[in-house]
Amino acid sequence: MNKTVAAILATGALMASVPWLGLPAFYESLLYLGCHWMVLALSWNILSGYSGYFSFGHGAFFGIGMYTSAGLSGNLNWPFLWTLPAAAALAALLGIGLGTVVFRVKSVRGELFALLTLAITFVVGTIVLNTRIDGGPGIYLNAVAVPALGPTAPASLYLMALAAAVLSLLLAYRIQYSKLGIGLFAIHDDEDVAEVMGVPTFAYKLIAFGVSCALAGLAGGIHALFVAYVTAGETFNITVPLTVVLMSVLGGTRHWAGPAVGAVVITGLLYYFTAGNNPVAGRAAVGVILVVVILFMPNGILGYLGKARRKRSAPARPAAVATAAPAPPAPIAQVALRSSEVLLEVRGLSKAFKGVQALDRVNLQVHRGEILGLLGPNGSGKSTFINVVSGHYEASGGLVIFEGHQLTGLAAHRVAHAGIARTYQIPRPFAHLTVRQNVVLAAMFGGARVSQRVAEHEAAQWLEFTGLAGKGEALPDDLNLHQRKFLELARALASRPRLVLLDEVLSGLTPGEINEAIELIRKIRDRGATIVFVEHVMRAVMALADRVAVLNHGKLIASGPANEVMSNSEVVTAYLGAAHA
Amino acid sequence: MSWPSLNLLGQAILSGIFIGGLYGLIGLGLGLTWGLLRQINLAHFGFVFLAAYLSYQMATEWGIDPLATLLVLPPLFFLAGAGMQWLLARFEITPFNSLLVTFGITVVIESIIQGIWTADFRRLETHYNDQKFTLGNFYLPVPELLTLLLSVAIAVLIWAAMRYTDLGKALRAMAQDGPIAAAFGINEKGMSLMLAGVCAALAAVAGICLALTFTLAPSQIFAWVGVVFAAVMLGGLGSALGPLVAGVIIGVSEAVTMAVTAPSWAPIVSFSLLIAMLLLRPDKVGR
Repeated sequence: MNKTVAAILATGALMASVPWLGLPAFYESLLYLGCHWMVLALSWNILSGYSGYFSFGHGAFFGIGMYTSAGLSGNLNWPFLWTLPAAAALAALLGIGLGTVVFRVKSVRGELFALLTLAITFVVGTIVLNTRIDGGPGIYLNAVAVPALGPTAPASLYLMALAAAVLSLLLAYRIQYSKLGIGLFAIHDDEDVAEVMGVPTFAYKLIAFGVSCALAGLAGGIHALFVAYVTAGETFNITVPLTVVLMSVLGGTRHWAGPAVGAVVITGLLYYFTAGNNPVAGRAAVGVILVVVILFMPNGILGYLGKARRKRSAPARPAAVATAAPAPPAPIAQVALRSSEVLLEVRGLSKAFKGVQALDRVNLQVHRGEILGLLGPNGSGKSTFINVVSGHYEASGGLVIFEGHQLTGLAAHRVAHAGIARTYQIPRPFAHLTVRQNVVLAAMFGGARVSQRVAEHEAAQWLEFTGLAGKGEALPDDLNLHQRKFLELARALASRPRLVLLDEVLSGLTPGEINEAIELIRKIRDRGATIVFVEHVMRAVMALADRVAVLNHGKLIASGPANEVMSNSEVVTAYLGAAHA
Repeated sequence: MSWPSLNLLGQAILSGIFIGGLYGLIGLGLGLTWGLLRQINLAHFGFVFLAAYLSYQMATEWGIDPLATLLVLPPLFFLAGAGMQWLLARFEITPFNSLLVTFGITVVIESIIQGIWTADFRRLETHYNDQKFTLGNFYLPVPELLTLLLSVAIAVLIWAAMRYTDLGKALRAMAQDGPIAAAFGINEKGMSLMLAGVCAALAAVAGICLALTFTLAPSQIFAWVGVVFAAVMLGGLGSALGPLVAGVIIGVSEAVTMAVTAPSWAPIVSFSLLIAMLLLRPDKVGR
């Protein structure tokens, strides 16, 4: 078993023995509250911390759980433990239902998502209050028997919360280091790029939301019995989401254990002050601590500690890199070069943005193994072509056929899985992942979809191939433009694509760097990939392209060998304008 | 559900307009800092309540006319707002962290209020309370009327300033692209301090109106957050007139819902409206 998992389980077992130590009952209540907030904060973080979709609706899911347990046990006399799975399931159901609608609206991100979920809380609260679920007076659970898990009722409640906390810790840890977690962190940094690189963003967000809501519902279910009297006003308000956000941010949202640390600190502080003589001053002190922590440690306690540790270990890094044996990159695909086989065919491809016809019935074939240069003046539709073929934009008409399969209308991640990779003109690396993690992610989610272990191995090779081997542990912000462009290439290649779409990889590079890049692109083709590249640097086009295609105002006006096409009168007119008679 | 009399419905709509004016007034400063400074300033609600309590204190304990506090409190709050902005700018805070920091500040303000004025409900009793005009069958209470007039006047004033003065244009340029605006000679730091100060002063005005029309309790601070956020988002971030218009729409729909069904159904209107807007026309919200 993994060391961390063992440590979590051992700590849980140790903590479970507390009720038999004979401590005063109020310790059990305090420990209960610690576990309770831990579950809520950890569950919030699984969606919001990992993927960056900050939810303010945690009160709604917590409340659903609370009312489910209260209603089933208090009104319908279910045995209490049986109500807990129902509480978790109902909360998850609401979350997934909500997510199915909300995650389809692309612009509801950031603060809009936070607000939407907050609004949901009040809507759910109002419905609960005004229907038979509550009806106004609230629900009493005084008559509900507390399951006898420990020697006393408070002890049993504490044990239930502890079990939930252990479960949450295990899930948070497991998810962070799973494929799901890596995908969520990519969504956090740049959702569009994540999708294009093969991360099924919609499904991942939905799963994370479901898990997050289920745990919140579980915590709510247990809490219903703890407070023994459930009211809509005390449940569906802004206190739960704000406290949970506060705890997670305080502890650090990019670390699975961050919210747990925050929960322990805040619960402890609140207890310390309310146990003293001045609860009002205590509340003020929590406010002050929040302000100070955010100002001086914006990444939370664990984020701060992690950074400090990285700084200490920094000097050791170059040595570690030098010992890594350079391995030859694996061939991308074993195929004959420049065959006459059609790899990609677009037929009548059109894309309109409101009035602007960016692509107008383009017909184009790309042969396996060739390098095709895509040319045209600014605004002629080259980048749109790449965006439509890679699935980022949906075509308004026409077909995209790759290796005989229809790709039209597929989500971008499915296009990536089919074997098409792209780069961005302005590099868009995942800013909070290291260079190496960026490449690993592409290998895991792209066309190859290899396991994490294999992906790590391949990433090392591609970093070597693009000359970034020494930069693996750096963050993309530490790279210069040239290196960031090569990182784009490494990411595209790591997915073992059969077709690579390069969007102006050379722009902004010095002449020396361009020569290097041309060599690299040649090498990529020699390994078996087919390349379509958009470029303005004519020297590179002439040196690389087997064939060029020229777009103007969204229409394909010429295609063929470079020398022929460039002397075509229509092409000359498109670039230089018509000669005056 | 029973259909109320026309008279009752008319009075409900009227009270909806009045409360909508207050939503708009509170939302104005919040939306300006959100849209122009990219800060989600929860402390705005703390400022509103602090001003309300101060005005209560000055009026009931020291016998000052509540309207006279309009001359004293806004300048003081201008300084407080500018000071907070200086702090936030000093630490180059992200929009989301601004939400958390200002939440912390609000908690501190709430504790201060509770420490001084206790958690009990307080009501500002003045001679304005009993004054009302009658218009046909409808009552127009003076404090509410005053709030609405102030809200409309200030919103129009700010709208005109944003549109027609150089200062307003500079602010809008800064909101679109701070560094570029700075390259064209706009003093970003000074403008931000001023804007934050103005917004806090607006919070003070809103607070005085709140004290005139509502019963105060420290726990009420967060009760206003949801509905005012809805008004701001519906009205558009950084818009001067938007929050007022949206506030009135929300106020009226709430009041009518209360009159037609039960008062406890009221919150569902504004929030359903907001959710529908977010899902159906996301490009129109918050831009």
